[in-house]
Amino acid sequence: MGEVIVVTSGKGGVGKTTTTANIGAGLATLGHKVVLLDADIGLRNLDVVLGLENRIVYDIVDVTQGNCRLRQAIIKDKRLEGLHLLPAAQTKDKTAVSPEQMQELCVELKKEFDYIIIDCPAGIEQGFKNAIAGAQKAIVVTTPEVSAVRDADRIIGLLEAAELRDSKLIINRLRVRMVKAGDMMSIDDIIEILAIDLLGVVPDDDQVVISTNKGEPVVLDEKSISGQAYRNISKRITGEEVPFIDLQSEGGFFKTLRRMIGLK
Amino acid sequence: MLDFLNRIFRKDANSSSSSKNVAKERLRLVLVHDRANVSPELINNLKTDLIAVISKYMEIDEAALEVNLDSNESQVALVANIPVKRMKHVPKSSTD
Repeated sequence: MGEVIVVTSGKGGVGKTTTTANIGAGLATLGHKVVLLDADIGLRNLDVVLGLENRIVYDIVDVTQGNCRLRQAIIKDKRLEGLHLLPAAQTKDKTAVSPEQMQELCVELKKEFDYIIIDCPAGIEQGFKNAIAGAQKAIVVTTPEVSAVRDADRIIGLLEAAELRDSKLIINRLRVRMVKAGDMMSIDDIIEILAIDLLGVVPDDDQVVISTNKGEPVVLDEKSISGQAYRNISKRITGEEVPFIDLQSEGGFFKTLRRMIGLK
Repeated sequence: MLDFLNRIFRKDANSSSSSKNVAKERLRLVLVHDRANVSPELINNLKTDLIAVISKYMEIDEAALEVNLDSNESQVALVANIPVKRMKHVPKSSTD
């Protein structure tokens, strides 16, 4: 029996889709059978982030309306064994699917896959309600900004109201240099405010943009630090304990010196 | 000596004027209001009522009156700053 996890944030543009794609690819490289479900109906994007945009025949609305069988709509990634995508519809709107249909869909997918990762649309309206309807767990993505953390707080409240407790947090696009200079909220600041468990931290990394340009999840890039962060996150989802990358201590002569003479 | 070293090596990260601390404090106050689910209208009505009640006993500076929610770790508090201009003579209650 598979596990259904929704990736959500409230605010748009914090990296939900990128996170979904990388977690999916990360879990697939660990040998799991994964399907990514794009719940952002009308604003389909997960397909391009994964580089699968040319292979779509049917979408999620075709499935719920009975135009095709579930199996026909699911795209199998050719590069990565175990990775699958159920694309969103681009020409419909968010009311084209109901929460009940989402629940039924998740029940079906759970029989077949180890992990069902749902890419939730921004906002807290119908699309959000649909996306969380069939989920058992939630991952909340935020960036170190007042607006994104505020929306994350609201989302955590709404998830709890929908009986999705125990959500986990991913802090995306952390800029270590700015945190050190006191110009960006740190991991601890955000955790303290949101009072939620940390699943991982992804540093701001040019490589994410470069990979996304090519339609290749950065998690497959062995050398990049963001890829490493996503690999760790994927392992933590499977229950493995992985220490957090020590982003804040890398380098700095004064920092090392301070540590040597016992100053914090 | 230690103090001197501290001053040289410590960066600005912890000073309260660093922009991250400004962000954190603004976020904290916004969330107090969000979580308490209090509308600006409610706060405004409360202000009006407070002014009406307090004005019976003292003359206050209505323009400078501030009413906000704040919180520490465990509790949400209503914090009001009400500058008093002058006390009024309070007539003795008839129930005494």
